[in-house]
Amino acid sequence: MNVYLDNNATTAVAPEVTEAMMPFFRDRWGNPSSMHRFGGSVAHEVEVARERVAALLGAHPNEIVFTSCGTESDNAAIRGALARLPDRRHIVTTKVEHPAVRTTCRWLRGQGCPLTELGVDSKGRLDLDDLAAAITDNTAIVSVMWANNETGAIFPVERIAEICKSKGVLFHCDAVQVAGKIPIDLSRTRVDLLAISGHKLHAPKGVGVLYIRRGTKVSPLIMGGHQERGRRAGTENVPYIVGLGRACELAMETMAEENVRVRAMRDRLEAGLLERCPGAVVNGDPAHRLPNTTNVSFEYVEGEAILLLMDQVGIAASSGSACTSGSLEPSHVLRAMGVPFTCAHGSIRFSLSRYNTEAEVDYTLEQIPRVIHRLREISPYVTSERSNASRAQAGA
Amino acid sequence: MWDYSDKVVDHFLNPRNVGEIAEPDGAGEVGSLACGDALKLTFKLGPDGRIADARFKTFGCASAISSSSALTEMIRGMTVEEAERVSNRDIADYLGGLPEQKMHCSVMGREALEVAIANYRGEGDGKKRQLEGEVVCHCFGVTRKDIERVVRENRLSKIEEVTHYCKAGGGCESCHDEIETIIDQVRGAADVAEAPPAPAKKRLTNIQKIRLVEETIEREIRPRLRLDGGDIELLDVDGNRVIVAMRGNCANCLTAKFTLKETVEAPLREFVSEDLVVVQEDNDS
Repeated sequence: MNVYLDNNATTAVAPEVTEAMMPFFRDRWGNPSSMHRFGGSVAHEVEVARERVAALLGAHPNEIVFTSCGTESDNAAIRGALARLPDRRHIVTTKVEHPAVRTTCRWLRGQGCPLTELGVDSKGRLDLDDLAAAITDNTAIVSVMWANNETGAIFPVERIAEICKSKGVLFHCDAVQVAGKIPIDLSRTRVDLLAISGHKLHAPKGVGVLYIRRGTKVSPLIMGGHQERGRRAGTENVPYIVGLGRACELAMETMAEENVRVRAMRDRLEAGLLERCPGAVVNGDPAHRLPNTTNVSFEYVEGEAILLLMDQVGIAASSGSACTSGSLEPSHVLRAMGVPFTCAHGSIRFSLSRYNTEAEVDYTLEQIPRVIHRLREISPYVTSERSNASRAQAGA
Repeated sequence: MWDYSDKVVDHFLNPRNVGEIAEPDGAGEVGSLACGDALKLTFKLGPDGRIADARFKTFGCASAISSSSALTEMIRGMTVEEAERVSNRDIADYLGGLPEQKMHCSVMGREALEVAIANYRGEGDGKKRQLEGEVVCHCFGVTRKDIERVVRENRLSKIEEVTHYCKAGGGCESCHDEIETIIDQVRGAADVAEAPPAPAKKRLTNIQKIRLVEETIEREIRPRLRLDGGDIELLDVDGNRVIVAMRGNCANCLTAKFTLKETVEAPLREFVSEDLVVVQEDNDS
């Protein structure tokens, strides 16, 4: 059995999405900017897609800019906003951002922009008083993710948006992990800039969105033609934009399901793992979390080894272990949360989607305890009593 | 996903000699949970004085487990003196190579073996490796001696490589300058040891200088250029200006300017005189 539990990394392209895209590879290859029938009808489809994305986000279609990926959107938001605010240089962000934001902010620090990276507590939560206190007269932009990709922890974006508005600074939100999983309503949440990525919600890789609230001034990152109302040059990636539009439409239809059925499967998986694998703990904030994500640390075993043994039995997930990334230190998110090293190296992120089944959860619950037990038998930190306990649980 | 050799995968999926010998002749434990990998090696000698049994327990990634498994297979049947000569490179070679970033796994194996042998000889308690001398990388507890050794044994020249081999410098990076100094020192010493008696860089007479330039071209420069199908001709030495002509492939090479600096000028400065400037013959005049 092949079980894909790595949906925060990327998702399967929905069959409906592929189907919607195909005509734009075959007959409808026109350039939307062209003044003839080849372009005109295609331009219309791009606008339909824009409306669908806007509907998912509770935004106006004019506020939607198509980009090539979530990382481009994050770059365009932060760098583009700073370019229009020459008198303000300070950036406020968190220690648990995705590299798309983290690396961009750190690069900007090297370019002379003071940077504040806010810490989080052991559950990965921000202190909003810290956030408010960090904002100064020199602050140009605050960039905080809506939900963390590794733990699924959801940040109080509405309140962060209020703080930023009251202090008169821009708020950019990396919502890549949130779009399609939980409701976003930008007509109520005063976010100025927001990034999403197609391939996290069952559209293909190679398309993203930058939301720019009306009236927010942002210099384009990519210059050239007048496409996207001058906010992002380059001929539109029509098939992918159409695909993303369809994916957003599907997400609106399935979000309720995601929050009930997927959440229930996630909870059953998590409870089962904790029960069957002694020395397993959940990382993050179980009370405020994406419905599809759980991050579990297995003490005294190492993440890469776990993943490779899981792969042997067809189960795919991710790890915050150092070895999987080629660096020597475990995930910056888990370190910022102060997760002890005994756990950080053995952390595994399981992220589900609406395509997962109960049978897959059963299979995973049957296999993972065996994998953990097998590695614990090799581990010098596992005493024979611990090993016996895990053997009993694994049914090995 | 890592590109592991078939042998690494085999030793990871089917690790040999897992366990701990109850009353070992030698035991060595290195690494820690914080570092992300740890290895406990135990061995027992047979009546013939050779290692009859070697067992391991490892916490770590696939290549750490494979390296440990390979190590136990390798040393079985060896005398202690033979085992002592097993290097991290031998372990990596036995496995058909390791990804560069994972070389530290082979170093961990060699270190555990060293501690276990010391323990067999009655030195150290086998539990923990004594940190000998100055600790350079505090994040991963790596000493100057450790770094010198991996640089020497694996001919490393970059900080990044040192990190791949022994983890030093992989944390806060504040020791990078020190690692660089150690690399320079070890490499400097190695170069002196390997190179033919270095000519004293005293003031040279013109004849001496020309001779030395010729010798250096013959010994250091021409062989390298010929590898790429090129050649060089010495036209004149005028004060500190060395005038040369590039021949063969080098004559038309787009990167000839770079070659001139890196491959010609640098060794001449090193072996003859630091103020030498190499110029190509002027075709126009």
